[in-house]
Amino acid sequence: MTKEESENGSDDMLIDGPKQGSVIPDGFNPNYLKVYYGRLFPHADIFKWMSYGNDGRHPGCDKSYFGRREFSFTLDNDIYLRFQSFNSESELENSIKEKCPSKIDIGPVYSVDPAKRHAYAQGGDNVFAPVERELIFDIDITDYDDVRYCCSGADVCLECWPLMTVAIKVIDTALRDDFGFDHILWVYSGRRGVHCWVCDGKARRLTNEQRGAIADYFRVYKGNENSNKKVSFPGPLHPFLVRSYTEVLREFFEEKLLLSQNLFSTEERYEKILSMIPDESVTSELRGKWQENRRSSNSKEDINFFRWEQLKNTLQSGKQKVQGLRRCVEEIVFAFTYPRLDMEVSKHRNHLLKAPFCVHPKTGRVCIPIDPKDCEEFDPTTVPTLSELLRELNTGDSRMDVDNEWEKTSLGKSIRFFRSSFLQPLLKSCKEEMESGYKAKIQQTKNSLSW
Amino acid sequence: MEIVPSQRTRTNTPNDSVSTLPLYRYAPQLEVRLEDFEVFAMDRLRVLKGISDALARGKRPEEMENLVRDLWKANMRHPEASEEVNKDIISHFVLRLVYCRTEDLRKWFLSMETALYRYRFLLRSSEAKRALMAEFDLPCKAISRTEFENVKEKLEQVARSFDQPLPTADAIFYKVPFEEVPELVAGRRVYIHKGHAYVAMHQVVSLVVTQFRSNLSKALILTNRKWTSTIREQERDRLTPIVEALSMSYLGPDYSQPKEFGEISIKDLDQLARSSFPLCMRHLFDKLREDHHLKHGGRMQLGLFLKGVGLRMEDALAFWKAEFSQKVGAERFDKEYAYSIRHNYGKEGKRTDYTPYSCQKIISLTPGVGDHHGCPYRHFSEENLSAALGRMGVGSRAMEDVLDKVRNRHYQLACTLTFEAVHGSSCDAGINHPNQYFSDSHKILQPKVEIVI
Repeated sequence: MTKEESENGSDDMLIDGPKQGSVIPDGFNPNYLKVYYGRLFPHADIFKWMSYGNDGRHPGCDKSYFGRREFSFTLDNDIYLRFQSFNSESELENSIKEKCPSKIDIGPVYSVDPAKRHAYAQGGDNVFAPVERELIFDIDITDYDDVRYCCSGADVCLECWPLMTVAIKVIDTALRDDFGFDHILWVYSGRRGVHCWVCDGKARRLTNEQRGAIADYFRVYKGNENSNKKVSFPGPLHPFLVRSYTEVLREFFEEKLLLSQNLFSTEERYEKILSMIPDESVTSELRGKWQENRRSSNSKEDINFFRWEQLKNTLQSGKQKVQGLRRCVEEIVFAFTYPRLDMEVSKHRNHLLKAPFCVHPKTGRVCIPIDPKDCEEFDPTTVPTLSELLRELNTGDSRMDVDNEWEKTSLGKSIRFFRSSFLQPLLKSCKEEMESGYKAKIQQTKNSLSW
Repeated sequence: MEIVPSQRTRTNTPNDSVSTLPLYRYAPQLEVRLEDFEVFAMDRLRVLKGISDALARGKRPEEMENLVRDLWKANMRHPEASEEVNKDIISHFVLRLVYCRTEDLRKWFLSMETALYRYRFLLRSSEAKRALMAEFDLPCKAISRTEFENVKEKLEQVARSFDQPLPTADAIFYKVPFEEVPELVAGRRVYIHKGHAYVAMHQVVSLVVTQFRSNLSKALILTNRKWTSTIREQERDRLTPIVEALSMSYLGPDYSQPKEFGEISIKDLDQLARSSFPLCMRHLFDKLREDHHLKHGGRMQLGLFLKGVGLRMEDALAFWKAEFSQKVGAERFDKEYAYSIRHNYGKEGKRTDYTPYSCQKIISLTPGVGDHHGCPYRHFSEENLSAALGRMGVGSRAMEDVLDKVRNRHYQLACTLTFEAVHGSSCDAGINHPNQYFSDSHKILQPKVEIVI
């Protein structure tokens, strides 16, 4: 068992050596990852989650279920291992510990064991196909580059992160209230965005077409690099958009984003907003006011706020009989704040998504769950990093007798949250679903026997 | 044909045959003459092909309704009503055999049959519609007065958002699982609450069509199994040749293998892009040269096109690498992008040799932030489009014609006119595929090049 030896060797040196925790430098290091997978990563929880109650105990369960799930590993030397599958918790755990992947992705559950797909491919009957997959969403701050001025690309700060918070609020509410889903997990992607896993049985069984429909229901932002109008409402808003606007977006835009991003502070910035108004007379009136006001504006009121009020008054004044122009206010707010989803990820059952509790190789931060009820409190800059966790392991009281070492670290809070708010309710409903399905099946066979 | 218990008594009663539509649940227990087998199928194919062309041209629903009525009249009529029903059913089942055999064929047949069913349903009377809904046994129930009052405000909001008349007190609404009406969900055309969609009477076509589609989709898979396991062999001398010829007669080449002009090399690409790429590909090509990067959709659209044009995989890797490494570095290219290029050439993953996108596919794409793929005629703003056409050398008069087609959503016609303006020669067949644009252009330009050499 060479793999375990090498693992223990490096662990011991790092953790129990004479040196203090403070010598663990920041940043990412494959050796740290070994320790992380060895002592902190919640293998058992991931296994329980991915089994959805098919743990072999219930007579109605599907024993092959977990074994048909695709995992894929990105190794340190950039080798990408797809179609990994495991038949038990220990197989999964041992493989992760042995291969020490810098990234673990989770794929769909296939009709047959994905590791043996080639054997089935010979049949020509195309039996190797995804059959179940969580409904997933991927929201990435880089897609907001045209509406944030504080950062760009993969960078994110506390000024622009609230765009993610708003996305969570809008999507989470709609998934629960509109679509009736209950088992939803939000995860920090480790650097620049969030992932969402909808795990209800009926979500996992959605066809590609149905997934596409949900993604389109959420799609407001239209147009691409080569068309001007990004958000455009042909008529009054659908109830879902009305709710998103009145409960989340309007307030966020007016009370946070307007000021934090200084949306009207320079000519270049207000011109961008004016370009969303399709009426020459309105835009030139506002432009006139703002150009001459540039110096004389000495009111205590913030210039962004002041100009926004002017814009709203002009667009919504009695003069503007055209309904479309009044709707421009909403269009601007949506263009700046409404969630931008990576549609392709949600539309197909075979898309891979990074597993929760992975460590982002660039930032060293752990992909921890985010509580949607408390998402405003989430701060990406204080998410535990690999090196911090190892320091905590080192300095933690070694006499403290705990079952799981993560309880000694700041990861503990996240794992406890994962279990209590997501995993336990999910497994409870899986059992119930399995129980009722089993009863119905028994009943059916009884009925057919009596005939 | 499949041997199954006959249910034909149902469709045979004279009343039904006038008002309702067949569900195509069972293959007919009829003697079919071999000529009819082929002729009926060809007639139905004409209808489906007509629908396919109209959809690609972006026809509006009301135009489609008339078109389907006319197509049906022109091709599927029979002096005897009962014979018309038989022809309908027989031709449908023959085409199932024809189009069950590959994923692409199934997809095309499924979309066209579903569209056909949609407009035929819409053309029926409301009693006939209700009768069909009952026959389909749809998972929906009409909501009660009290429930209607509870959600009335929301239903009105939805109606207003589509400029529909507000629901009256006696309006019928059905409550169905949202999964049953994906197209209404996608268009936000229904109010959805706790997993249920509230479907107005005028929207039930969506429910029926979804059900039809899902039944047919499953049936096609089963037919395919039967075809490969027994029918193909059994009917080797009789039906198999007919079936195989029928599917070839309409879909045209898929351009997955460059046949006509063999390979092209990287050094010719810039020249070819300027002379023979359609605007969608030329735009992607220019953007790639400019930004040294394209997002996924653009890489797929351009990458598969280049494959179809004759760029070998090794050259494709070198070409993409030369651009991407200027932006992300060679190492990241090898790590993150090379895989998908090999994948497109069938060297990774499922090992399918992927086919280049057709116009229909490209027009249906929905490019988002930072994307440059899709059909420029559809996805560009007018200013951007005219600028791009100007760069291709389209003169001002031709440009006005192109833009006129675009305004009427005839994107492929707009592309055809562009082709004609750029090449100074006509293109009677129209443009249906970027690779066809390329090969047609190549055919026109090639002799000149040889003379110069």
